[in-house]
Amino acid sequence: MSLFSEFRSGEHVKTLAGMIRAAYPGGDRAIMEVCGTHTMAIARYGLRSLLPEGLRLVSGPGCPVCVTPASVVDAAVELCGMPKTAVCTFGDMMRVPGSGKTLEVCRADGADVRMLYSAGDAVDLARKEPGKRFVFISVGFETTTPGIALSLLEADRLGLTNLSFLTANRLVIPAMEALCASGDVRIDGFLCPGHVSVIIGSMAYSGIPRDFRIPCVVGGFEPVDVLAALYALVRQIARGEARVENAYARAVTGGGNRTAVEVMGKVFKAVDAEWRGIGTIPKSGLALRDEYRLFDALETFGIGLRPVPEPKGCRCGDVLRGLIIPPECALFGKRCTPEAPVGPCMVSSEGSCAAFYKYGGGLDGR
Amino acid sequence: MCLSIYGKLMSIDGDFGVVEIGGVRRKVGLQLVPGAAPGDYVLIHAGFAIQVTDEEEAKSTMALLSEIFETEESN
Amino acid sequence: MEDKKILLTHGSGGRLMRDLIRDVILPAFDNPSLRKLEDTAEIPAHEGGRLVMTTDGYVVRPLFFPGGDIGKLAVCGTVNDLATAGARPLAMSAGFILEEGFPLADLERIVMSMKEAADGVPVSFITGDTKVVEKGRGDGIYVSTTGVGLVPQGIELSPAKIRPGDAVLINGPVGSHEAAILSARNDFSLGVAVRSDCAPLFRLMEAVLREVPEARCARDPTRGGVAAALTEIVEAAGYGIELVEDEIPVEEPVRNLCELLGLDPLLMANEGKMLVVVPGEKADACLKAMKGAPEGADARVIGSVNDRKPRLTVKTPYGTTRIVTVPSGSQLPRIC
Repeated sequence: MSLFSEFRSGEHVKTLAGMIRAAYPGGDRAIMEVCGTHTMAIARYGLRSLLPEGLRLVSGPGCPVCVTPASVVDAAVELCGMPKTAVCTFGDMMRVPGSGKTLEVCRADGADVRMLYSAGDAVDLARKEPGKRFVFISVGFETTTPGIALSLLEADRLGLTNLSFLTANRLVIPAMEALCASGDVRIDGFLCPGHVSVIIGSMAYSGIPRDFRIPCVVGGFEPVDVLAALYALVRQIARGEARVENAYARAVTGGGNRTAVEVMGKVFKAVDAEWRGIGTIPKSGLALRDEYRLFDALETFGIGLRPVPEPKGCRCGDVLRGLIIPPECALFGKRCTPEAPVGPCMVSSEGSCAAFYKYGGGLDGR
Repeated sequence: MCLSIYGKLMSIDGDFGVVEIGGVRRKVGLQLVPGAAPGDYVLIHAGFAIQVTDEEEAKSTMALLSEIFETEESN
Repeated sequence: MEDKKILLTHGSGGRLMRDLIRDVILPAFDNPSLRKLEDTAEIPAHEGGRLVMTTDGYVVRPLFFPGGDIGKLAVCGTVNDLATAGARPLAMSAGFILEEGFPLADLERIVMSMKEAADGVPVSFITGDTKVVEKGRGDGIYVSTTGVGLVPQGIELSPAKIRPGDAVLINGPVGSHEAAILSARNDFSLGVAVRSDCAPLFRLMEAVLREVPEARCARDPTRGGVAAALTEIVEAAGYGIELVEDEIPVEEPVRNLCELLGLDPLLMANEGKMLVVVPGEKADACLKAMKGAPEGADARVIGSVNDRKPRLTVKTPYGTTRIVTVPSGSQLPRIC
């Protein structure tokens, strides 16, 4: 869009890359980009090769799809087999394996699986096809959850009885705090997710610099945005500072979008939740409030989540904490590949392990 | 979880509006941006507008960045 | 014909089938060969050269979309496959599998569209076949076409011929066809102001080969897009190809659609595009030849062959490089 084309400017990218190199205090440092969309942007623009020697970018647990527990995927697959039922999902979920099939395979096997761009479209479908039961696979962080909450409220307002939600929404801050609190995390700074921050506000990260002395900078997704945020992080690291900075001011405010936070709170409550490859993190997930239990898919269909044992040898947790690089996991490239992923780092096409597998460590294409 | 894009709000019909992103049109929920008016640019994610912005804000961010560049260069 | 829909009896070889061919098919494709209505047809006489053949099935949904339909697609797809070998189309055949209940008016429309596309090349349908399946066993209509072409003496296009330093060109913007289909299918309730680029590229390739007989190879980037086509080439050739992102033309609505859904234009299907690899010093001549054709107005040099690993890479506007990988399945939209 011409409105923001300056944020793609090659000249500014070059300037910022130079500034980062000049400000870098040397040594081996790791910055975690929490958000899967940042991982994608960094890969798309080849930004890693512009960074100083020693500065490592680590992909965090910010892909809501990859951290969706296998048990939830299995439940979605089970719902595919229910009579007169259509399973609605974002495209991201289609190829994620649970302990068995993926939704894509279910569709090939004849199940009614609808790929949607918006939860709002599930409401439209449920209205148009009253003879069918619709289930929406509800995943996402705080960017996505308000829209899902609104869709549920719309369904409620319309008195729809044929739409339910399989909820696996997650919260970013508890996951970041759990990573920090886990002891031997080696992260020198967080590149915080720009669009989650539109909702929760940049001040939401305050606890992390305060309690763990790790700087947090909110960044956008154009090349200039990412590098500006990285520059701010490197500058804090060099000066031994730890505070929250907002490098995406055109979209993010300190307080966030109050309306969005309120609508999330109206529909959902925070619960302990399992993160694939990491384990259970307290108060890191969202479940429907009692008054909206009618919309819960598990209750509507009378099925439960069956825990799936962690695959032996999966070291996603260590990769996500920045402790090891993908080839140091014994399963990498052998039992765990992009075609047959075991853990979340390989499930996402731009997760640490999938990216490493594709680019073979030679990230600049040479 | 973050894939979002700015589009221009063309019209409003109750809780929803039509947004145009240079040749692409889509119905978008406006409940999270009360006060958004046709002509505004809204940030869209998964079919919902999550923020309103305008050209002035874009310019001011660029100005902020330019300040950083100038400060660093003079150091 | 009182019947407005295809019936099972239309496929049974009896009077209704003959009437269908006489009243719908023949008027569209009329030529001396087809008029004979025999089981075989003789391929027209031709000068020296190599005969090549190609076949394809067309299953697009929806059947009618901005910029074309399944009929036009069938003609252009086969003509373009022949064009990748540098072949002039000599003759085509068409097979229709119709579902019981398919509207006759739609069949007429599709057949007329095929006629228009074929006349524009020009190429004749010299033989064909029609079958009807029970309701529920088809998807309205499937079209299958086979094309026979003649490759002139001295022209031999193959990925094995590419060399480091060669230039990679394309005749116009990428992704428009798939964007038009996505919009027409309305799965994501998006309106995209773009038409399919569906077009026959025989004349364009003829012009290219006249100017640059030394051309190495050509590929039409259909399913899987430019990325899939060039990945096939690098793997066959053992050399790498690097594209320059700023040089890859993409229509603005297509670009925005990709941003919205998290898609890569390089992975999106085209039906009126040809990738051509030529020796580096012939790039300008090739560009000029492409621009002389109506389908090549926006032709560009988009990259070059190198002696690095046999991979497809893209040089970003920031001087960095990224590797392009082709997913094992089709590209899926994402919110993440």
